[in-house]
Amino acid sequence: MAPVLSVSNLAVEFSTPYGQLRALRNVSLEVDRGEIVGIVGESGCGKSTLLNAILGLLPANGRIAQGRIVLSGTDLLGLPDWALDGIRGDRMSVVFQDPMTTLNPVLSIGRQMSDILYRLPLTAEDKQVRISQMLKRVGIPDPLQRIGQYPHELSGGMRQRVAIAMSMLVEPELLIADEPTTALDATLEIQIIGLLKDLQRNTGCSILFISHHLGLIAELCDSVAVMYAGEVVEHGSVRDIFHGPAHPYTQRLLECDPARIDEPTSRLPTIPGDVPNLTVIPPGCIFTDRCPRAFAPCPGNRPVTTLVANGHTAACHLLTATPAHDTAAFRP
Amino acid sequence: MLFYAVNRLALAIAIVVVVIAVLFCMVYVIPGDPVRIALGPLATPEMVASFRAKMGLDQPLLVQFTRFFASVLKGDLGTDILSNRGVATSVFEQMPYTLTLIVSSMLWAVAIGIPLGCYAAIHRGSLFDRIIGVLSVAVIAIPSFVIAVYALLIFAVHLGWFPAIGAGRPGAPFNQLHHLVLPSLAVGLGWVGYLARVVRASMLEVMGENYIRTARAFGLPRRTIVYRYALPIAVLPTITLLGVGIGHMLSGAVFAEIVFARPGVGKLVYDAINARNYPLVSGTVLITTAFYVLATLIADLFVAGLDPRVRANLR
Amino acid sequence: MSVQISDSAVSSSHGWTSVKRGFADPLGRIGFGLVLLLLVAAIFADVITVYEPTKMLPRDRFQSPSYEHLLGTDQLGRDLFSRMIHGGRVALMVAFPAIGISLALGIFFGLASGYAPKWLDNTLLLLFDAIRSFPTVMLALALATIIGPSLQTVILVVILFSAPAYARIIRTQTLALRSAEFVLASVATGASICRVLGVHVLPNIIGPILILVSMDLPVVITTEAGMSFLGLGVRPPTPSWGSILNDGYAFIRESPWLAVAGGLPIIIATIGFTFLGESLRDAYDPKLGKVS
Repeated sequence: MAPVLSVSNLAVEFSTPYGQLRALRNVSLEVDRGEIVGIVGESGCGKSTLLNAILGLLPANGRIAQGRIVLSGTDLLGLPDWALDGIRGDRMSVVFQDPMTTLNPVLSIGRQMSDILYRLPLTAEDKQVRISQMLKRVGIPDPLQRIGQYPHELSGGMRQRVAIAMSMLVEPELLIADEPTTALDATLEIQIIGLLKDLQRNTGCSILFISHHLGLIAELCDSVAVMYAGEVVEHGSVRDIFHGPAHPYTQRLLECDPARIDEPTSRLPTIPGDVPNLTVIPPGCIFTDRCPRAFAPCPGNRPVTTLVANGHTAACHLLTATPAHDTAAFRP
Repeated sequence: MLFYAVNRLALAIAIVVVVIAVLFCMVYVIPGDPVRIALGPLATPEMVASFRAKMGLDQPLLVQFTRFFASVLKGDLGTDILSNRGVATSVFEQMPYTLTLIVSSMLWAVAIGIPLGCYAAIHRGSLFDRIIGVLSVAVIAIPSFVIAVYALLIFAVHLGWFPAIGAGRPGAPFNQLHHLVLPSLAVGLGWVGYLARVVRASMLEVMGENYIRTARAFGLPRRTIVYRYALPIAVLPTITLLGVGIGHMLSGAVFAEIVFARPGVGKLVYDAINARNYPLVSGTVLITTAFYVLATLIADLFVAGLDPRVRANLR
Repeated sequence: MSVQISDSAVSSSHGWTSVKRGFADPLGRIGFGLVLLLLVAAIFADVITVYEPTKMLPRDRFQSPSYEHLLGTDQLGRDLFSRMIHGGRVALMVAFPAIGISLALGIFFGLASGYAPKWLDNTLLLLFDAIRSFPTVMLALALATIIGPSLQTVILVVILFSAPAYARIIRTQTLALRSAEFVLASVATGASICRVLGVHVLPNIIGPILILVSMDLPVVITTEAGMSFLGLGVRPPTPSWGSILNDGYAFIRESPWLAVAGGLPIIIATIGFTFLGESLRDAYDPKLGKVS
């Protein structure tokens, strides 16, 4: 069956005073029907840019340099803005990161939720029924009263539930969740993740779940793509990635995850160095400078995406190294 | 909300009291017989005597001030030297004309300024946007009496499209509207530019907010986003401005009434000055200032009442 | 009506670089050009003009512009071009002393308020706000009525309205700088109050002051012209743009040129200073332009 979302060879650039910033380079990704795909990476890896590209919400100085984004057979990049409006909030929807600023402060919850149903030929009462049902499903007590309330009258956790309710209300094929729990505390986080799982099971929609929190990805997702500095460096099922990471970056990420640390320590491990400057793209592997296992071919040649196991790929020279290559650590 | 209202009201009252005090003191700061200064050179000796007695000028300053203050509160702002009527009566008679002028000037500003600003924000960087940017600064800078004289010169004298004098025949609304166009344009043009700028800046800021991003992400039509999601929030700052604007428009209205020979508070005070009718002058100043302070107060409270966030913060 | 500058504190001493940046903006350059034109014309008034502004040629009334009289003549046969140029002198003769004194008063009261105990600060603030809450024209009329119309009256009115605005801004800057590290360090090393104020606080205030002055000038010019227009300012026969414009109004059906001679320089002056002030302000700190 055709995937719900198919991103192929996507490249996105931004024009800045410092030059062309190549935020995404050759990103490919697929989300199958009913699948929950996670995207994990640190700040600056391009997660938000990818999200904006899919939604067609890139800022004025950004442009899609190449690639395709296909949603269930519809080529999103070829569409004019008004046609995209028809798809956004209908076949795909979003839950954003910050619940405090994601809702319009001067319109009531009910108003905002019924506005997004504008395409449907329903009466106001029908919409009201749907809205209160959905609010109930996401665990908001007393939905009929909430409909008349304003966002500032709800707590952060409640607002995020409303955001999820909004995204589910339109019955999308694809739900994109951009770090939906980052701004919430741990207890809420668990509840929200549980909620997403539940809803996904009941509706069968696909979810693209963006996060920098590995534990959540492991909990929720079926497969995961690891991004670094604008590229997908590894992609596979959650099991494969977490139990057998092939890319040094993924390996380091897992090692540095505080949840995995068994012994008490005064210093948390980190990956030394910074995300590179994306206006000047080096010729070789983008992770070379920070990679603990970099060796001879790394600085000069771009690694190719290679198959590690069935459905598990990574882009690293270590996977294509022939015995003739020196596999000792290389430090420039 | 109540606390805020009381707070603002107290401040407004304090300001009006200070104003009354200043007006009172002005008479004494100037060298010369304070009674003659207050009443002007046309005062008859009987007026001087009765004024002196009423004010109790032999009493200490504080007592005089208290008595002055008390009479103001009673509504007695002095007597018009020439017509021998109460000053307050004369002023309130003329107020409606000036208010009409101010309100219609405001309407120009709102009806033209807000759409211009909104359009400029949506089409940011376009030629239209840049032209509006320059024009709005220019129009704000040019004083309203200059605009009034030129409007008179071009549209009334040379082109003859609009009448040059007066407020029109009483009881004939279209005629009166016809007479209202040029004066209100003169007073309001600066505010067209000002509102355009404010609304443009405000719209740009609002359009960059996360909740607008959410609306776009859910595919809401452009028109809905601009007019129902963004603009209502963007115009909130303009409401306070309009309250402040009434004061500035008052200045403009004074000039417009003089230039177009319209009845109103401005013409009243101008004629009073030329006729050396000083009680009328000080009374008018007092009433208009109080009115201005009141207008600003109402505007502030109105905004606080409209924005649910402000209401919540004030609880 | 003037465009308000928000009271937000900006403590930074990049005054001169922003002046240079202000001139990179085309509007700023136009503004500067107009201002320069104004200043040169006013200073060299006697050199540029042929006729005395007060010389009456009763037989040549209401003439249209010609080679002889570049802008024509007014109701008393006086050369309008000359009156217009000399009117610029009057405008400047009001502007400079008025702004100078306002600035001095503003600095004094602003610093005092910034360093004063809370009760004094609040009292001064109330005073500033009270003055600002007057409708300008009304107070100007009242004062002119009592004191009598003259150049000095106009200067007094301008000072009365400008000084509180300066004081407020300087107070804000003072409050901000008062707890700035380099000031605290200076005080800690035993510097006297005067030294702290003069060497540390004042130079950092220059930027906002420069901007405020250039935004205030259109208001000053407008006030002078407005009062003269109403006959409450400079006494005739001294030419003032406002009184020329008033003549233009009075004789509007006889000749449009009086109105041009009076209004055009006001337009040029106000637009010029406003453009200049705006680009200086945008160059110094774009946030200042936000409406609070």
